[in-house]
Amino acid sequence: MNDQLHIGGKAFESRLFVGTGKFADHKQMKEAIEQSRSEVVTVALRRVDIRKPDEHILNDIPQDVTLMPNTSGARSAEEAIRIARLAKASGMGNWIKIEVISDQKYLLPDNEETTRATEVLAKEGFVVLPYMSPDLMAAKRMQEAGAAAIMPLGAPIGSNRGIRMKEMIQIMIDEMELPIIVDAGIGKPSEAAEAMEMGASAVLVNTAIATADNPVEMAKAFDLAVKAGRLAYLSGLGPTSMRANASSPLTGFLK
Amino acid sequence: MSFYEEFEKIKAEPFTEIFSEVTPQDVEKVLMKGRISESDYLVLLSPAAEGFLEEMAQKAHQLTIKQFGKTMQLFLPLYLSDYCVNTCTYCSFSIDNVFPRKRLTMEEIEVEAKAIAEMGIEHIILLTGESRIHSSAEYLAESMSILKKYFSSVGIEVQPMDQAEYETLVQSGIDSLTVYQEVYNEAIYREIHTKGPKRDFRYRLDTPERGCRAGMRSVNIGALLGLDEWRKECFITGLHAEYLQKKYMETEIGVSFPRIRPNAGSFEPAFDVTDKNLVQAMLAMRIFLPRTGITISTRETEELRNQLIPLGVTKMSAASSTEVGGYTKPKETQSQFEISDERSVEEIRNLLRFKGYQPVMKDWQIL
Repeated sequence: MNDQLHIGGKAFESRLFVGTGKFADHKQMKEAIEQSRSEVVTVALRRVDIRKPDEHILNDIPQDVTLMPNTSGARSAEEAIRIARLAKASGMGNWIKIEVISDQKYLLPDNEETTRATEVLAKEGFVVLPYMSPDLMAAKRMQEAGAAAIMPLGAPIGSNRGIRMKEMIQIMIDEMELPIIVDAGIGKPSEAAEAMEMGASAVLVNTAIATADNPVEMAKAFDLAVKAGRLAYLSGLGPTSMRANASSPLTGFLK
Repeated sequence: MSFYEEFEKIKAEPFTEIFSEVTPQDVEKVLMKGRISESDYLVLLSPAAEGFLEEMAQKAHQLTIKQFGKTMQLFLPLYLSDYCVNTCTYCSFSIDNVFPRKRLTMEEIEVEAKAIAEMGIEHIILLTGESRIHSSAEYLAESMSILKKYFSSVGIEVQPMDQAEYETLVQSGIDSLTVYQEVYNEAIYREIHTKGPKRDFRYRLDTPERGCRAGMRSVNIGALLGLDEWRKECFITGLHAEYLQKKYMETEIGVSFPRIRPNAGSFEPAFDVTDKNLVQAMLAMRIFLPRTGITISTRETEELRNQLIPLGVTKMSAASSTEVGGYTKPKETQSQFEISDERSVEEIRNLLRFKGYQPVMKDWQIL
C-alpha cells in the first residue's frame, strides 16, 4: 500500500518524527533514532555548536534523515527568525520547526508570535512547521502564512501526559488541509497509536523515548505503534455507540 | 507591587514553631500529591521530612529527568574585578580587607576568555566585586564585544543595577542575571552589611524583578546558607522564585544553594547547614518548582557534588577560579572564597558521562 506522507516536496514512509533532546549521550540518541526508523529528526540549534563542527550533535544523526532544526529557546518571532536563518546558514537545510515559547513555567507556545515567524520564514523559502497550542483559527492563519504542516501539542511539552487536547486536535484534523502532526505530550506508544487512529498525519516524540529506561527499545515500540495506529485509521474504525451492540443479537428473530 | 510586599506579609511568621509542628503524616500526604502548594513546600522543608529524604530524592529525580532529561549544563565564572565598596563580613572582597585590587583590561579579558574557551566551556558568568565605578554597565557591555567571540551565553553576577543599565547589558548580549539576596532577614542583613550601598535591603530584593523587566533570559536567585535558619531561608527563596516565575513568565528562573565558605576574614557562619540539610533544601525546591533550574557550584566538595548530580541539579560550574585573572595567572590576587572541587572540565565531563548524564556545553546562542 502506498501511503506516503508528503511535506515540503518530500515523501516519507515513516510517520514518526523524533527529537534529540534529553538523551544521556549521543550514542544512545543515535541508536534510538535508527531503531525508530524515523525519517525526520528535530534538533535544537541552541545545542548545536556551530564553532566546533567536530563535536556537535549533527555528527550522530543518521545521514539519510531530513533534519528539522527547531527554534527552541526563542521567546519572540524575531528570535525564532534569527535562529532559523542561523540554522540555514550553518548548512542545516531549509526545514524549520518554529517554537516560540514565552512562558517558561509550562512551556506553552505563543501562537501569535509563531504565526509572525512562519510568515517571514515561509516567504524566505523555508519549509516551516509551526509548533502551536491547538486552535483551529490560529492553525488557519499559520496555513495562510505559508506553513507546510501544523504541529499542535497533545499536552504540555515533556509532560508525557498523552493527548489531553484531543477534541481540539480532532477538529483540526477534520478541518485543515495541511498535515497535522501531534507534537508534545505523547508519553506512551499507545498514545501515539491513538493520535494516528484519530487521523493525525504523523507524531513527534522525544521525552517519552529519551527518558525511558531503555530508549532504544522504546523507539522501536513507537515505530510499531505509529504503524499500527495508521493502519487502523486507514482500515476505518468501527462505529462507537453509547449502548451495547451485540455481535450476535438475541432479538433479531423479531424482525 | 514587588516581592517585597509578599515578604512583608510573611516575614514575622514564627517559622521555627511552624516547622516543628509538621508531622510525618503531613509529609506522607504531600509526597502523594501531584502538584504541591506553598504550605506543602514548607512541610517538605520541616524536620519531620528528614525521615523521608529517600522518597523525596526519588520524586525529585523523576521530576528532573522528565523536565530536563539526563543532561547537565556546565559553566564557569570569570572574575573581572575585585574592587568593592561594601563591607560584607563574610566576603574576602570586602572593602575592609586590604589587598592589591585588580580590574582586567579588555586585553586581559581576551586572554582569560581564550583560556576558558580552550577548556570547551561555552557558558560563562561574569563576576565582580560590587563597585559601580569599577564594574559599570559600560565596562561590562564593552567586555561583551570580546566575549561574544568566545562564548554562546554570558551572564553577570555583579552589584545590583537599575533597569536601564540591565537593558544596556541585554542589548550587548548578556542574557542572564544572578543576584543572591544573601539573607531574607532585614535585621541580620543590616548587621552583616555594615557599610556601603549594599545595606539597602529593598533595592537588592527588587533586583531580580528589574532584571526580568529588562529582558534577561534567565534570572537566578538564592540565599547564602549559614546566615540565618536555613529552613526559613529556603522557604522564602522558593516563594521568591515562584513569585518571579508567575509574574515574569518569559524569564527562566533558577535558584542556587550557596553555603558560606572560608574567606579572607574571620567570619563564622551563625547557623550550621549540614550536607543533609542542603540535600533536603534542594529536593524540596525541585518538588515545589519542577521547572526551575538548580545550580551547584564548586563551593561544595568533590564527593558531595558527585552525589548531588541526580537529585535535581541542572547546572554545575567546573574548574572554577574565584580570583581576578585566575585562569591565566593564578594566585596573583585574592580569591573571593576557597573552592572545594578543583577538578578540570574534562574530569567533570567524564564523571557526568560515567553517571549516565550528557554534559551540555552549549544551551543557547547569542543572537
